[in-house]
Amino acid sequence: MTRIGSGAGFAGDRIEPAVALAEHAGLDDLVLECLAERTIALGQQRRLADPGLGYDPRLRARFERLLPVAARRGVRVLTNMGAANPLAAGEVTRELLREHRLPGRVAVVTGDDVLAELDLAAPAWEDGIALGEHGEVVSANAYLGADALLPALTTGASVVLTGRVADPSLFLAPLADRLGWDLADPDQTAAGTLVGHLLECAGQVTGGYFADPGVKDVPGLADLGFPFADVSPDGAAELGKLDGTGGVVSRATVREQLLYEVTDPTGYRTPDVVLDFREVTATEAGRDRVRIAGARGRSRPDELKVSVGYRAGHRAEAEISYAGPNAARRARLAAEVVTERLGGTGLRVRAEVLGQLGDSPSATAECRLRVAALAPDGERADLVCHEVESLYTNGPAGGGGVRTSVRDVIGIVSTSISRDLVRPRVTVLEADDAAA
Amino acid sequence: MLLHELAHCRAGDKGDMSTLSLFPHDDADFELLRREVTTDRVRTHLADRVRGEVLRYELPNLCALQFVCHQALDGGVTTSLALDTHGKTLSHRLLALRLTEL
Repeated sequence: MTRIGSGAGFAGDRIEPAVALAEHAGLDDLVLECLAERTIALGQQRRLADPGLGYDPRLRARFERLLPVAARRGVRVLTNMGAANPLAAGEVTRELLREHRLPGRVAVVTGDDVLAELDLAAPAWEDGIALGEHGEVVSANAYLGADALLPALTTGASVVLTGRVADPSLFLAPLADRLGWDLADPDQTAAGTLVGHLLECAGQVTGGYFADPGVKDVPGLADLGFPFADVSPDGAAELGKLDGTGGVVSRATVREQLLYEVTDPTGYRTPDVVLDFREVTATEAGRDRVRIAGARGRSRPDELKVSVGYRAGHRAEAEISYAGPNAARRARLAAEVVTERLGGTGLRVRAEVLGQLGDSPSATAECRLRVAALAPDGERADLVCHEVESLYTNGPAGGGGVRTSVRDVIGIVSTSISRDLVRPRVTVLEADDAAA
Repeated sequence: MLLHELAHCRAGDKGDMSTLSLFPHDDADFELLRREVTTDRVRTHLADRVRGEVLRYELPNLCALQFVCHQALDGGVTTSLALDTHGKTLSHRLLALRLTEL
């Protein structure tokens, strides 16, 4: 039996519940999953601007709080906060260990960056158009599997940092390491992948993103606790959370997370296995305890998924409010005016009135026109914002509160790559060396 | 009766796809959901958001229905012009479906 916790489900996640888990849950491993589909491309952008950056901007803030506790409690920490620059993240982590006079070894997994191997003529999965025709490609990262992480674990590292790794693999690797599982066994791999999939979004299985007042109530949501799993060598697992924390672990919260982002429950593909959910059962085994069993697996795919980031232009967004009698009609007139004025730009413009309030002459009625467009150049993006701003003196009566923004957009498309072309590596950084 | 009274739902996103997982509050209502919440009804109900095909998977062990909606995110999270680029709010748009048997 081993106990594994989930300390972050996305880059913006809260830090306190992870610290509480590390301190009080008796964990063997704590995993922090911080990379959404587009996050690594944004990291590549930051790295292009400064070669020392590209890792998760909250790495230091999280580790300042977590590493002292984890070291004291003997909890191993695994995270993909390396993002687009795992080696730089490793150096920051080594510095932190040194600053806090903590012993430890940092293992950094690289090799997910496959930009040099990418065939730009290959079609994207989403639209069949050649990768290179989408725009200037800035990143290509393969989803590494648990097999890329295992060598990092056998170094005796207390902290493991990665870039792009499939989310469940971050959990499967330490489970396989602790329980002596063979990654070539599809059912063991499926069981560990299922546990990883349930834990990867942290609070989303303990009642976060679940509450619907009066229908699905969650106690103590403000103090939401994060989950852990007790996993047996036979693959059965129980999900739970720390006593005294807010939230709830129930069949309902577990089921919602179980199928989250699953596009084929008969064959959920990860680099480690093809997982079949059809035999999976979730049963309540006590207060805030749910037992999971029945994961079935088929052999892992021959190819790895690659997430490709490209420059997609500039997104312009602009808004203006209308209130009081006839607000909705004035907002809709403003939408028509802006759409007509932007008619010659060749841009796809989306103009919508938010706050569906009909045409009742209520003094409290309020709605907001939102105009958005994706422009290939900054000039046309600025024009979209300018046309909304100019509604002040060139549009319907009584508009106010204009906000505009223009941001660079990194688009994401997917492709696959042969495993032979992907060569994961592990670099070990000794905290003690840094101190010497 | 609205679907919201009988079931709960979570939306997930992947590329230009949205996944909508639907579960009855009471397992006894699973068969009713299976009859009522058909692929066609979901496609019609979400027609202003979902432009592609809708596939339905049934998972009786979990009393779950999984709807995989293609072309649901205006091209995908990063290039979508929608306010909710992830399509997260689609879960509760689905729960506004009116059931015909009740």
